Amino acid sequence: MTAELGSFALILAFALSIAQVALSAGGRLRGSAALTGAGEGAAAGAFLGVAAAFAALIHAFVTSDFSVANVAANSHTAQPLFYKITGAWGSHEGSMLLWCLALTGYGSVVALTGRGLPWKLKASTVMVQGCLGVLFIGYTVFASNPLLRIATPPVEGASLNPLLQDPFFAIHPPFLYSGYVGMSVVFSLGVAALIEGRVDAAWARWMRPWSLVAWSLLTIGITLGSFWSYYVLGWGGWWAWDPVENASFMPWLAATALLHSATVTEKRGAMAAWTVFLAILAFTFSMLGAFLVRSGILTSVHAFAIDPKRGTLLLEILGIAAGSGFALFAWRAPSLPPGGLFAPISRESALLLNNLFLSAATVAVLFGTLYPLIAQAAFGAAVSVGPPYFNLVFGSLMGAVLLILPIGPLMAWKRGELVGVLQRLWWAALAAIVAGALVYAFHEPRKAFAGTGVALGLWLIGGTLTELAERARLGRTTLAEAGRRLRALPRGAWGMTFAHVGLGVFLLGAAIDGTGKVETAKVMAVGDQIDVGGGYHLSLDGVGAVDGPNYQAQRGTLSVTKNGHPICTATPERRFYPAGGQTTSKVALCLRGVSDVYVVFGEQRLGVSGSPGWLVRVFWNPWARMIFLGPLLMALGGGISLSDRRLRIGLPKRATGAAGAAVLGPAE
Amino acid sequence: MRLGRLLAVLGALACLAAAEDPADQLPNRAQEAHARALFSEIRCVVCQNESIDDSDAEVAGNLRQAVRAQVADGRTDQQIKSYLVQRYGEFILMRPLFSPGNALLWLSPFLIVLAGAGVLILRARRTPTPEARLTDAEEAKLRELKDF
Repeated sequence: MTAELGSFALILAFALSIAQVALSAGGRLRGSAALTGAGEGAAAGAFLGVAAAFAALIHAFVTSDFSVANVAANSHTAQPLFYKITGAWGSHEGSMLLWCLALTGYGSVVALTGRGLPWKLKASTVMVQGCLGVLFIGYTVFASNPLLRIATPPVEGASLNPLLQDPFFAIHPPFLYSGYVGMSVVFSLGVAALIEGRVDAAWARWMRPWSLVAWSLLTIGITLGSFWSYYVLGWGGWWAWDPVENASFMPWLAATALLHSATVTEKRGAMAAWTVFLAILAFTFSMLGAFLVRSGILTSVHAFAIDPKRGTLLLEILGIAAGSGFALFAWRAPSLPPGGLFAPISRESALLLNNLFLSAATVAVLFGTLYPLIAQAAFGAAVSVGPPYFNLVFGSLMGAVLLILPIGPLMAWKRGELVGVLQRLWWAALAAIVAGALVYAFHEPRKAFAGTGVALGLWLIGGTLTELAERARLGRTTLAEAGRRLRALPRGAWGMTFAHVGLGVFLLGAAIDGTGKVETAKVMAVGDQIDVGGGYHLSLDGVGAVDGPNYQAQRGTLSVTKNGHPICTATPERRFYPAGGQTTSKVALCLRGVSDVYVVFGEQRLGVSGSPGWLVRVFWNPWARMIFLGPLLMALGGGISLSDRRLRIGLPKRATGAAGAAVLGPAE
Repeated sequence: MRLGRLLAVLGALACLAAAEDPADQLPNRAQEAHARALFSEIRCVVCQNESIDDSDAEVAGNLRQAVRAQVADGRTDQQIKSYLVQRYGEFILMRPLFSPGNALLWLSPFLIVLAGAGVLILRARRTPTPEARLTDAEEAKLRELKDF
């Protein structure tokens, strides 16, 4: 019964979304506050409907109601409660419902809180958001309803994929989807601005918090996914340039470019058309990702189950939404008034260059991801595009972005002075070059790559801190005065500092882990030792059987020593899930500062001497944790920036609320 | 329960190990490192987008053995790759060839940078630099402020 109520609520949400579009459009055309208000109410109602459907799905999972097809396929009575709940978004259908939940959630927040927006812009935004709701809820209702029943329910479910039964993977989709779908608000605001023919500093200021929220959540989502892949898949890596990973990375890149171009639009009124273009592009990439992951059109290690019919439908949704967005852009953008002027050497130009290289890097990711399809269709050739391509092309383009990054914030708006900026950055450059040279001299192997990465990372961190010191007038005034100035800095400036330092931290980690990783493997009997290098030794103390809630495991107990001193005990497991017949491994991580000793417990087999043992693989991953710490700092920067006074909801309200009411008045 | 245990062991045995399998490694450490570097450039042809360095599949194991044998024979990367391309097609290379057919793939991102830079330079030439002159209204305002 609950499942039917859920389906009903979902259909209701679909109807309310249609009402949201009609009421908002009608209210906008006739200038009726009653109609636009009703449209906003419909947006909130649509959210409640989807939330009820989502609650019904969770209820079906918690109660193991196997008469619901989705539960039968993705749950099992023996699964711990936590993984029963997270199973709700572990499948294609459930995750689409999560997508709709986020979409309508954002839509209702815009409808209920955006009081500072001019009423026309707001009505159009709610309308566009409603259109997206109609498309995606419609798709969920008619093509991928997770609440459908089956005629003959099985006694037991087929279980959630054991790889997904992990705390990090459980929270990864909610973050990722909040990020993906957060771009929908940016998209709606962009399309609404094109409809209204008004893209200016005020619009950029309204749009900015939404892009910050979406960007920060997406950053966290991608990082969680990457960490999951690092420690669950047991391969010792963290990013493989797999199509599904690229699908999440492209909206992130577009959103990053958007955050930077929106700054120019907000502060100087320039680059308005380009900012709107990026606003539409970011959500287009989100939708492209949803399509790529679900269509099975690209081979990937972690795509959802393949269904060409649904893929086609998603492609149509993508075509309708993005197509009309870009068509509107092509029609209206030329009529947008040109923004403020700026000299070739200025902060605007630095941000423009940032956007140019970021866009080219995004194209590299897009093209590399889709090229196997293009080559197949155009020349009938089967081509693989793997990590070597991305590392080279994407890496070199991003290198250019990173080189100009510390220069931008030190440059003045409108007309800057390059020599003066470089003079202030000399020590950061020196530190970066010296450190890079040292790494080049002492690091093995691939010392050129490691040296470049470390130099770039330190250049970012040093350059960013220089900018902070400049703002505090550190060294040119008393410490107390500098401290006071630091405290008085706007939150936005702190946010930028955190984000840029975070990127530097990430680069350092990626450079050292990417080149200094050591991998060893050995068939070990109890009592055997393995030498990892760097003074680390592991000895297998014992192997025991462990029973989990829904698996049986063999657990190895290995003591890790460095130069003879005990450091930690690693207990990696090899788990067998009888429900689905799958075997997974639970990696043991022994944290050393920011580095990991990474232990994978493998199968039982005969050793070199003919005696039986277990295959143990050990990685030394130097600075690996900085790869995940850096992006978290970036997301934190986004959060700090979001708390900036000038972005707080209600602040623009005082400035524009009266004018908006005045416009609305006479039309009624 | 005992049946489950047995299945666990069987399941464990059925799964092969990836590249760092001690049983398969070349005795010469430099050659082994060389082979490992090559593995990440070669696709496991039956897998879902994995290199033979990461894959557990049987084909990947066979390919690793073939590459190791050729490395031990002292053949160059180029020779080994063209041998693999002959047998399996360009599909097996994780790094697409830098050929006329793939020019679009390799060059388009850089063409975008060039085109974008070209547009920006043209625009910068056409529009006057902002410091040029104040408008009459701004001059008047400035005079007002100065007098004040």
